[in-house]
Amino acid sequence: MTATLQNAPAKGESVLRLRGVSKNFGAVSALTDIELDVKAGEVVALVGDNGAGKSTLVKVLAGVHQPSSGTIEFCGQQVTLDSPAKALDLGIATVFQDLALCENLDVVANLFLGHEMSPWALDEVAMEVRAWTLLRELAARIPSVREPIASLSGGQRQTVAIARSLLLNPRLIMLDEPTAALGVAQTAEVLNLIERVRDRGLGVIIISHNMEDVRAVADRIVVLRLGRNNGIFTPDSSNQELVSAITGATDNSVSRRAERKSHVQENQGGTV
Amino acid sequence: MSQNSSQPMLDRSDERVRHDDSLAAMARGFIDRVRSGDLGMLPVAVGLVVISVVFSALNPIFLAPNNLVNLLFDCATVGVISLGIVCVLVLGEIDLSVGSMSGLASAMVGVLWVNQGWPIVGAILAALVVGAGVGLLYATLYNRLGMPSFVATLAGLLALLGMQLYILGPTGSINLPYASSLVRFGQILIMPDWLSYTLALVPGLVMIGRGLRTRTQRLAANLSAQPMRALILKAVVLTAALEIAVFYLNLGRGIPWMFALFIALAVILNYALTRTKWGRSMFAVGGNKEAARRSGINVRRIYMSAFMLCSTLAALGGILSASRLASSSQQAGTGDVNLNAIAAAVIGGTSLFGGRGSAYSALLGIIVIQAISNGLTLLNLSSSLRYMITGGVLAIAVIVDSLARRSRVSHGRA
Repeated sequence: MTATLQNAPAKGESVLRLRGVSKNFGAVSALTDIELDVKAGEVVALVGDNGAGKSTLVKVLAGVHQPSSGTIEFCGQQVTLDSPAKALDLGIATVFQDLALCENLDVVANLFLGHEMSPWALDEVAMEVRAWTLLRELAARIPSVREPIASLSGGQRQTVAIARSLLLNPRLIMLDEPTAALGVAQTAEVLNLIERVRDRGLGVIIISHNMEDVRAVADRIVVLRLGRNNGIFTPDSSNQELVSAITGATDNSVSRRAERKSHVQENQGGTV
Repeated sequence: MSQNSSQPMLDRSDERVRHDDSLAAMARGFIDRVRSGDLGMLPVAVGLVVISVVFSALNPIFLAPNNLVNLLFDCATVGVISLGIVCVLVLGEIDLSVGSMSGLASAMVGVLWVNQGWPIVGAILAALVVGAGVGLLYATLYNRLGMPSFVATLAGLLALLGMQLYILGPTGSINLPYASSLVRFGQILIMPDWLSYTLALVPGLVMIGRGLRTRTQRLAANLSAQPMRALILKAVVLTAALEIAVFYLNLGRGIPWMFALFIALAVILNYALTRTKWGRSMFAVGGNKEAARRSGINVRRIYMSAFMLCSTLAALGGILSASRLASSSQQAGTGDVNLNAIAAAVIGGTSLFGGRGSAYSALLGIIVIQAISNGLTLLNLSSSLRYMITGGVLAIAVIVDSLARRSRVSHGRA
């Protein structure tokens, strides 16, 4: 059940194009020859088991990690993302799994962190107005933007993190497990939010373990397994297909167990 | 904004938030904040009252105007060092070598100016540049080699002390000429009465002026604003307190120019920390370094600026103490200078855990610390007792900080 697609201005144009991206941590290759395309006005879901490389891929795109090899094209131009600031400047916004908020600062300070208005004499009034407008647009229920983040609930923090990623008018927004900490109503709000963002013509990458959420908003589902591409699916492909792609249809704990059982039986058969 | 005034203000649409508008409600809000561990200036106020009562009971000279003027002279030297400490503490780091750095700076001024015949401005600039260089070194050790600032600056404490002894040579002490402007600045120069009364008006006027401007802007943007009454009350109380203090000090010698320099530096640092992007980044790095990095802040540069500022201010404090004592000696910057500078910042409300603090905490904290030290000197206590008592006060200050932090965490205000 995909949401209705509206024709956003730059829809269909390629925003992000990854070719042969690999990332090694010492002897461990976390990502191997990853290919990924994201178009404007499209939601791409990245799914995979724990350790499949989803978060590593997001961190590479956010400029937190540098890839060991491969090329990244952003809006048709090859780019190197060597720092988070570079990625932000290009228009890649990220909502990290750990949200990356400063608990000692208030909501306004967090929203504008690193991009304050008038750096030599902070314009608190303009920033507060912009903060309220943004939070209104997201239908967010934050009691006060002048309280430190430490006083907010998990869902409210998630909203602040998403609002912050939208502040700089990015071309691509990545959400790492955006609904993991949320209640039923908040999850629905975030999914609505993702659709609204998509309809504005942004490219969206969403990581989730929740297949229901993924099916609800994704236009394409990209499966990663052990750091490699393991198939691209549409939201109407069956749960069975998806799960077998995620766990590895031919090699998973279930099949291994069956195999082991049969080996034992063979050996016993031989000795007797 | 597209809203008209009949609709609730932007920041007043959530009914869960209590808004403290009346004076009684503001008092209630203050009590709530203190209870949740947001102590602000309360420890300083309590400390000053206790200190005044105890020491003036033991020796009435303590509250005499001229003793307080001397107190302000002494505050300025360590206070300037403490301003730098605030910068590194906000990042959650520490500089333990500020005492040695100030000693080295005072020795440099003595050697370059008196012994080598440099012009005085050149000697002062050289000391400040060395201070900045030492800060740059600490920042490099921290940023590139991951050396904890605690260890790097502890090593610096010894190394800088060694340099101080080395350049002072076997004589070990250099007297600065009494007639020079530097020594006069540290011992004699007092602000004229009329100027001190006028300057004491400035904070209140600035508070009202800025408050009015913010109020108009906020109301224009459909945001709630601080009520006029509260603003005027605050400004009047502040101005009255300052004018009374100035009047009392003018009964004695008056306000030292050196203390005025310290206040000016505190005001500048306060502006930088609260109203600029740099200050915001400082608190962000102190609160969550990784979050700051991911928001595109150049974290290394922030560390560099803080360490360099701290060492440079320590060097300036050393120069001021040389002018105060009219000498550069092996004793300069040793003993309790380090701990006094750190304790002042913590007592004033800057957290050792990073992410919280203000420039004014150095200003208020150093008055508490120097008042204790001054009172103990008046009682003719031996330095053994003075060290023990100062150590105890520092321990209490840190305990208050830790307990307040624990309370803030449980009240969701960490």
